[in-house]
Amino acid sequence: MIYRFTCIVCPLGCAIEVEVENGKIKDVRGCTCPRGKEWAIQEVTNPKRVVMSVVPVEGGALPTVSVKTAEPVPKEKIPKLMKFLANLKLKAPVKIGDVVAEWEGIKIVATRGA
Amino acid sequence: MMFPNIPALRYDVVVIGGGPAGMAAAIKAKELGLNVLLLDENDYLGGILPQCIHPGFGLHYYREELTGPEFASRLAKRLVELGVEYRTSARVLEIRNYSDLEKVVFFTSPSGAYQVWTKAIIYAAGARERHAFEIGIVGDRVAGIYTAGEAQTLMDIYGIMPGREVVIVGSGDVGLIMARRFALEGAKVKAVVELMPYPGGLARNVMILRDFNIPLYLSHKVVEVRGRGRVEKVKVVKVDENLNETGEEFWIEADTLVVSAGLVPAVKKLKKIGVEIDPATGGPVVNDRLETSIPGIFVAGNSLLINDLVDYVAEQGGLAAEGAKEFIENGGIESRKWIKVERGENVRLIVPHYLSGERDVYLYLRVTRPMENVELRIPEVDKRIRLPVVKPAEMLRIRLKAEEIRKAERLTVEVVKA
Repeated sequence: MIYRFTCIVCPLGCAIEVEVENGKIKDVRGCTCPRGKEWAIQEVTNPKRVVMSVVPVEGGALPTVSVKTAEPVPKEKIPKLMKFLANLKLKAPVKIGDVVAEWEGIKIVATRGA
Repeated sequence: MMFPNIPALRYDVVVIGGGPAGMAAAIKAKELGLNVLLLDENDYLGGILPQCIHPGFGLHYYREELTGPEFASRLAKRLVELGVEYRTSARVLEIRNYSDLEKVVFFTSPSGAYQVWTKAIIYAAGARERHAFEIGIVGDRVAGIYTAGEAQTLMDIYGIMPGREVVIVGSGDVGLIMARRFALEGAKVKAVVELMPYPGGLARNVMILRDFNIPLYLSHKVVEVRGRGRVEKVKVVKVDENLNETGEEFWIEADTLVVSAGLVPAVKKLKKIGVEIDPATGGPVVNDRLETSIPGIFVAGNSLLINDLVDYVAEQGGLAAEGAKEFIENGGIESRKWIKVERGENVRLIVPHYLSGERDVYLYLRVTRPMENVELRIPEVDKRIRLPVVKPAEMLRIRLKAEEIRKAERLTVEVVKA
């Protein structure tokens, strides 16, 4: 199985190919730096993303606060995390940087105050 | 005083727009000792940043990765610390230029109308979005058609889902980011439709399509919307290499159409007073102080040219403020001669347009088409910069030293095969 990506580590945007056989990385082609290689391997073995959303807030200047995960989350966990976030409700005051919730050890941080 | 019935205020510099360019400009102006007033028509500062809740901001400016609201709050915090005077819900109606050091900005606000007499103006009112009619989408006038920014405001400021089954027009950064937001919040993004044969956004945003299995139709355009009361389906047509419609077409069922067809600098108020506009950027023609063709009126951010990184927007705000300082102190921006910057091969736009040769500058430019293994060349001064990849979606920013600039009468910037 060959996975193809455009590398996003830097603006070069190398076209990287990762060859996987029996769940093992066989070859990484096309990247021009070690960071790109590391990223490509991570993308194949355990892709992670910082997740962002908004959460309703009572009594704030705006009806929502925006939130993000304090760290990148494994991609396959994202739909479950989004369901968790969909049920959150907050009360003002919320300060930017506040940890407003925690889910499976992942901190949910407010990125906009209310 | 020309309008005795309108309360008058007096400042050194008025900054119009409280987004990243305007806030950075007001901060810098205050740091430089100017008496500054910042006006913004929203009821909160930050411009579009508060609704850009994704990370990816600030890597250059703050050397860390922030979300849009976090970036905005850093600037707002500094603004408040410095005691910069600002007014929100303040809508500028008109700018008048009486003389080089006498300009008036009229604005309305919840506490009434005001006239502000000022020596300099920094215009940082951002951009507007191109809408469905501008890109030739016809059909039923139904609910469910939004620009990407409108959809973003609804979702990420007000917490309202604009729709459930979405077609996105345009694969620029805003379109792709909205594709992700819709997909994350459980909507079905049925397609991203791109007119050009390549995606319009930064590589990191194009990845969103793979993350959420969203089909991307390159060389396609949406031409028609049908529905009763609400969008029900949209017609997509394939285009050829000259962007002309081929016969090949199909319909996609959707309840929402999101148009992300690019931004246009919002410079109507400047045009009205005769500021010269560059058709390539849609923004004003400027010198290396980011001063427009009207002395003492400066411009920064997306009103100057459409940027893809907020970091450069904030940088331009600071540059414009330095310009305003020099203008006020010296009674004008002086140069023995202006060195014109010309667009050469594969350069679609470039800013600033005139350089003094008395200071180092950043040139901001975009290419017309993607190329690999290229050189950015300025033949007049024998400058060459190797670039492995250039893309229209990624603005280039290069530094030129005053002594390099001074060597020539004019500079032609070209991007050619190395």
